[in-house]
Amino acid sequence: MSQPAAHIAQGIAQGIAGGIDCDVHPAIPGMAALLPYLDPYWQEQVAVRGIDGLDLSSFPPQMAAHGRADWRDKGEKPGTSLARLRADALDGFGTQLAICNPLYGVLAIYNEHFAAALARAINAWLAAEWLDRESRLRGSITVATQNPELAVDEIERCATDPRFVQVLLLNQGDTPLGNRRFWPIYAAAERHGLSIGIHAGSIFRHATTSNGWPSYHLEDYAAHAQSFQSNLLSLVHEGAFTRHPGLIFVMIESGFTWLPTFLWRANKTWRGVRAEVPWVDRPPSEYIRDHVRFTLQPTDAPPTGADMARLLAMIGRDNMLLFSTDYPHWQFDGDNVWPDGFSNALKRRVLRDNPMNAYPRLKEALQ
Amino acid sequence: MTPEDGRIIPAEAQANASRVKQKVIDCDVHHALRSGRDLLPYMATRWHAHLEEFGRRRPVPFIASSPYPKTAPALSRTDSWPPNGGPPGSDLAFLQEQLLDRYNIEYGMLHLLMSGMDERNQDFGNATCSAINDWQYENWTQKDQRLKAAIVVPGEDPPAAVREIARWAGNPDFAQVSMVTHAIEPLGRRRYWPIYEAAQAHNLPIGLHSSGNNGHAVTGTGWCGFYVEEQHNVALSQQQLAISLVCEGVFERFPKLKAVIIEAGYVWVPSVAWRLDQHYKRMHREMPHLTRKPSDYFRSHLWYSSQPADEPERPEDLRTVLDWIGWDRLLFSTDYPHWDMDNPEQAFKLRLSEAEQKMIYNENARAVYGLA
Repeated sequence: MSQPAAHIAQGIAQGIAGGIDCDVHPAIPGMAALLPYLDPYWQEQVAVRGIDGLDLSSFPPQMAAHGRADWRDKGEKPGTSLARLRADALDGFGTQLAICNPLYGVLAIYNEHFAAALARAINAWLAAEWLDRESRLRGSITVATQNPELAVDEIERCATDPRFVQVLLLNQGDTPLGNRRFWPIYAAAERHGLSIGIHAGSIFRHATTSNGWPSYHLEDYAAHAQSFQSNLLSLVHEGAFTRHPGLIFVMIESGFTWLPTFLWRANKTWRGVRAEVPWVDRPPSEYIRDHVRFTLQPTDAPPTGADMARLLAMIGRDNMLLFSTDYPHWQFDGDNVWPDGFSNALKRRVLRDNPMNAYPRLKEALQ
Repeated sequence: MTPEDGRIIPAEAQANASRVKQKVIDCDVHHALRSGRDLLPYMATRWHAHLEEFGRRRPVPFIASSPYPKTAPALSRTDSWPPNGGPPGSDLAFLQEQLLDRYNIEYGMLHLLMSGMDERNQDFGNATCSAINDWQYENWTQKDQRLKAAIVVPGEDPPAAVREIARWAGNPDFAQVSMVTHAIEPLGRRRYWPIYEAAQAHNLPIGLHSSGNNGHAVTGTGWCGFYVEEQHNVALSQQQLAISLVCEGVFERFPKLKAVIIEAGYVWVPSVAWRLDQHYKRMHREMPHLTRKPSDYFRSHLWYSSQPADEPERPEDLRTVLDWIGWDRLLFSTDYPHWDMDNPEQAFKLRLSEAEQKMIYNENARAVYGLA
């Protein structure tokens, strides 16, 4: 590697170097890129029927928020270039390892056979075009949750590759994620030391709010925070955490400043209604603090660092946040990945220790 | 200090959390119909036959039960069933005894957990809303001047809603306009704006109590399994309702409009406002109708009722959160007679100064509702 540029040196000085970036987004250019990884039947189906354009409309690539201006090449979908990801995200922050979360419309497809074929193609594409070419990258396994049996097959197939470190799910699907339907997926992940990542994004199967469809992107994006909270309630109360005590769930691009006040309400409601869910034998906050982690970006920060310090004290644990840039999404400017109010000790934990503990498979890589 | 330490409430805080020193304005009191027939005297005879033959038509699976059975019959305290019969909240004398007299309530803001707004037969829905208002006036507010009703409007038929507002506006027995929160569209959407125009013109706040059915899943990711989730999810919907009113530009178009978010707690307000401000930076070009950052509208146009009282793991954190929200935004409420009612003498596990108590228990609501 060449000498770091001035801004990189500054980043290292800020304690960014050597980090594990838990959310970067290689983008799938389109179906043409996946064709080599589909079987002949689906290759033909895709060609004959003209199937393409499965980017989720919940976060369109052309939005400024989807690609920082200095991380975007004109006319290109942000995140399609390995060279740029290498320069911007890996070299740019002195990152040791980065976890790739490709987002594509697999979960929104009604034909579960096609969804499973596409998930398999995305995983093969990620391994061949990204992980094979850049040793600092790690992968998330895309699965078609439409059919948990097929999803488990795909987990089993990918799990033999130690570079895959988690199973990737979407925040707004068709069913809250604690539902028993998903448990075979969780069992497979637990068996293989994979974590479960839940990433912001919607298949628009349901209105993004229970009040109906809002008009603006900002409302939909904001609404992800409430859906993450709904998914956490579901995971707690359906008993998923009790059933899978070794499993870590990572909320990705979720924001985290809503966490403490959410826990207060969740505990209070459980105290009043816990007879309904007798298997939940501890307050929800305990399950969530033990089993759930959050990526750093976006940080929906309070106005000052002092306020952030108060909020972090309310969260009460220093092991819950995982370093992330959300590359190439535009969540911060320049190297300013750390919100005000984080102590150096916390930054170090967030940068390396917490990701290592959240992803068992990373430990093997760094030993 | 760890969060676990905070579960133990210091003795000092307990001792000081006892008596409320001044009269209380309770911003969420639930009166109830003894049965749907209570409304018949206020409806044309055409609807008597309709109710007999077809009943109400709402987008819910059961005629007379929630798909998420509550934790108590009628959602209510077991001791709140009136001795003379009828469901909790249906007997004025008993409500006076159990709530108004017992807790030194100066005003009680009534919210009927039934509306014609989510009735699918729109003419029947409109007639139902009008009848509810007549019934409230004759049987409640005229019989006890401490009670203030909300004008229940059929919000999915805005011209009819505007007519209903005009029928009652200026009557001091009605302090606000009430719509169901699970409407067909998010309430910030433009189809509801004529209602806001009328409310603003008559200087009536909009009271938004979690209620109603619209057929949408209870979360953005589908239907949850349990009441323990649904109760919390309904409060999450109220957060999205506030987001809708702010982002769709309601307060830009109606700068004097006030909205009260009822029965959703309030400690969520700062993080929701921070999140909107953060992402507004990237997405503001989509919404040139806003002239201020989203959090400003929360500070100037929205108020929140207190129940169910949020309980931080460390009681003093509530002070931090109220500093973030603004002490003038919080309105005390009991939610009588529901099972999770807050007793004004014990609702806050935080030592409040006399001035703070005065604001939360009385003065904030007096200002919002323009009470004498």
